[in-house]
Amino acid sequence: MALITDFAVQGAQMLIVLLLAPMLTGVVRKIKARMLRRAGPPVVQPYRDLVRLMRKEVVLAHSASWLFRTIPYLIFAATWVAASLVPTFRTGLLFSWSADLIAIIALLGSARFFLALAGLDVGTSFGGIGSSREVMIASLAEPAMIMIVFTLALIAGSTQLSTVAGFMESPAVGLRVSLGLALVALIMVAIAENARIPVDNPATHLELTMVHEAMVLEYSGRHLALIDLSASLKLLLYVSLIACVFAPWGVAGPGAGVGALATGALAYTGKLALGGLLLAVFETSIAKMRVFRVPEFLGAALMLGLLATLLLFVSRSL
Amino acid sequence: MMLANPTLVVLACAALLLMLAVVAVGIGSRHAGGTIIYGATGGLALISLAAGATQLLGGLPATGIALPLGLPWIGAHFRMDALSAFFIVVVGFGAAAASLFAIGYGRHEQAPLRVLPFYPAFLAGMHLVVLADDAFSFLAAWEFMSLSSWALVLAHHRVPDNVRAGYIYLVMASFGTLALLLAFGLLAGPHGGYAFSEIRAAHPSPILAAWILVLALIGAGSKAGIVPLHVWLPLAHPAAPSHVSALMSGVMTKVAVYGFIRIVLDLLGEPAWWWSMVVLTLAGITCVMGVLYALMQHDLKRLLAYHTVENIGIIFIGLGLGLAFKAYNMGWAAALALTAALFHAFNHSVFKSLLFFGSGAVLTATGERDMEQLGGLIHRMPQTAFAFLVGCAAISALPPLNGFASEWLTFQAILISPQLPSWGLRFLVPAVGALLALSAALAAACFVKAFGVTFLGRARSAAASEARETDQLSLATMLACAALCLVAGILPGLFIDALAPVVEALAGARMPAQVGVEWLSIVPIAESRSSYNGLLVFLFMVISGSLAASAIHRLASDKLRRAPAWDCGYPDASPATQYTATSFAQPIRRVFGSVVFRAREQVDMVLPGDPGPARLTSILHDPVWETLYLPVAAGITAAAERLNHLQFLTIRQFLSLVFAALVLLLLVLALWP
Repeated sequence: MALITDFAVQGAQMLIVLLLAPMLTGVVRKIKARMLRRAGPPVVQPYRDLVRLMRKEVVLAHSASWLFRTIPYLIFAATWVAASLVPTFRTGLLFSWSADLIAIIALLGSARFFLALAGLDVGTSFGGIGSSREVMIASLAEPAMIMIVFTLALIAGSTQLSTVAGFMESPAVGLRVSLGLALVALIMVAIAENARIPVDNPATHLELTMVHEAMVLEYSGRHLALIDLSASLKLLLYVSLIACVFAPWGVAGPGAGVGALATGALAYTGKLALGGLLLAVFETSIAKMRVFRVPEFLGAALMLGLLATLLLFVSRSL
Repeated sequence: MMLANPTLVVLACAALLLMLAVVAVGIGSRHAGGTIIYGATGGLALISLAAGATQLLGGLPATGIALPLGLPWIGAHFRMDALSAFFIVVVGFGAAAASLFAIGYGRHEQAPLRVLPFYPAFLAGMHLVVLADDAFSFLAAWEFMSLSSWALVLAHHRVPDNVRAGYIYLVMASFGTLALLLAFGLLAGPHGGYAFSEIRAAHPSPILAAWILVLALIGAGSKAGIVPLHVWLPLAHPAAPSHVSALMSGVMTKVAVYGFIRIVLDLLGEPAWWWSMVVLTLAGITCVMGVLYALMQHDLKRLLAYHTVENIGIIFIGLGLGLAFKAYNMGWAAALALTAALFHAFNHSVFKSLLFFGSGAVLTATGERDMEQLGGLIHRMPQTAFAFLVGCAAISALPPLNGFASEWLTFQAILISPQLPSWGLRFLVPAVGALLALSAALAAACFVKAFGVTFLGRARSAAASEARETDQLSLATMLACAALCLVAGILPGLFIDALAPVVEALAGARMPAQVGVEWLSIVPIAESRSSYNGLLVFLFMVISGSLAASAIHRLASDKLRRAPAWDCGYPDASPATQYTATSFAQPIRRVFGSVVFRAREQVDMVLPGDPGPARLTSILHDPVWETLYLPVAAGITAAAERLNHLQFLTIRQFLSLVFAALVLLLLVLALWP
């Protein structure tokens, strides 16, 4: 019986992240538009876009290979699996121990690896520019992320997200310098990983400023829908990650009843909305930076992460 | 009787390989000579692989064999304990795969007699190094391995670059063997106990042990490719025929790792805490430098060779952590670190062999190693492309493949290190962890480049657009290696358990048994701390990917139309407008290369109206070569210039020179305490 409930909760988590992800993207877009005094598209616009893209035919370049057609599914699978392993409304999910935080980061790394290959597949210059910039950004964002994982693992004594979230909720955490540094670094990495302003602009098709959009330029129809959905899932994953590590309040523990689960779901929705609001405010209040300023931005994140880890190696209470 | 003693089986295989080398001289030039020789080496390698696996998995007691060869008062001792058995498995697997690949690949060899006799000899040398149980046979086998591989590097000796590669390899190999010779001399002590059992019983003083550590690092490290002793490796490995490149990069570097483990973790006794500082520092630098060098390359095989340098760095990070934990009697942690290192050594031998086979297939199909001339090969060689892609994903440490499993274990070992009491290590280990993370991310970038430029996009030359898929046997080898990458990635627990006897002998403890863990996950320490289940991750991905695919194809449109590329409305018919390997690496060259390689870019723009081409030149400096090797080379040349005068002395001057030398030597002898 317990196993069936666990399966049900795990399945619910997978469905919830999948269904909520476009909503988060829509909310961010709407808030951004309102802050710019525009009416903006409705919040459900991303769902409509997905449905419309799914219905359209795929226009495939002559030089595209079988890999190009497989990659959207690979990216979607890797991102979805990663997103369903981050605790959202309940910790200790059935399969949460099948991948710890390092593995989740690596799963996102797999998705990026294949997306960068897709950029090179058709053999156009825009795809190449996107891929080469993406791997440059990743080469700094990934180690920064690993340093953040180190910091959390050293504080909580575990790389298992459920254990980390449980520890963060307990009074044993206290106020730590290293946690503050890790939070700042994590936000910087999340911005870069999700191709948000100031690193990349999700709303532009200006060749000189784009990274993510340049890689997916040749995609259309259902393939593009999958890629867009994966991008939304990734944004949701990062917001959930920040929420579950740095704001673990209200998350139901393993074996919680229906009431606790409902509270958890409510708290999670609130956190997502807050995350979307903060992101939109941040994005409207800052300008995009030049591509070659990005390494400095991410280098700072890497150094913050390293500093946080070093502090913990020096003293476990910092 | 033979079956009861795996040591004897492996020794017999090595002897037969040596005989095969002689046979190859006779039949090498015949039409079917290559098939016969490679078939025989493949069979022998499989037998020694089976013997090594029997020894390792069966937990048989190690038996020694003494042969009346070599120095008369010592004889030659051979013994296969768990450590040797593991490396026999690595050597046997690599050799079997390379032989199978070579049956098809070797048909294109222009001068088979330059390859066939040396190939079995090289394999025999690697087997003997791992089996040797006394210093003399170890060094003899080591040198034999070096020289036979040197001959293979010079197989295509009319290419000027290969001659240079062979020369530098010979110098570095001799230098490395000299260091090992001195290390064993110090280990054996003044009484000359050259058998490993005698060396183990003797305990050198701390100062002597420090010297031995440094010499072992130079000797084994130069063969493995530790920065700054790596310079020969990216020249020599690509110069050999591709199946030999696979062996040199995938297997011979592991034999060097074996040499280091044997000397430092087994023969030398209890480690001091600072040894790990030296090893970890070098390993961290090796990791990042290896991958940065690789990113700057556009020769496919050289890029792969530089990645060997990087992976050797990862293996040595595990070994360094193992040394640190062992020095503080944290056996369980040392077991984790050493398991990570050995598992990565095995994994690297699999995927690096696979990648070199792939580059060999590309070389046969197009005659090109330069990625700037390739492209679009996925259309012409789909199966090779698939196998190569699996290798790229594995070496980039992407889950659920094997490279990720072993790097994950290394990260877990790093996360234990705050428990180390030494302050130096507490500062060093997080920095090394950052370097490891950086090199993993850069490796992924580099293999996006390697695969993307070689196999994706449009063909950049006529040779690439007319490439043909490689032969069935080569394909089967590559696909088998790819399958093993997946199996080792989704069932790492089996491999960790198989390594337990090796690690127990080295660290005095083992990792917890993984086979009994629910759902076949791996749990290095405790489940609440960390666990990873490659199988579930893989199944999850397969299920969600196929769910998405079937849902979309059933519910949504499955229409598809081919059209010209969109490219923001400006598609250009010329394949020259694609990103090349050099332009792909440009952002990384600007970010990292400007610091490490003092990279500069020089733009020569033409005047408006001038139809001539604009040029972009990027200038790189190799820091290791320019600061370490060129001054030494200049010093040797200058000294030779000076000494050259001695050639032109008169007979009277010669005689007085001899007399002076004699007096000097006698004086030294008289004053010697």
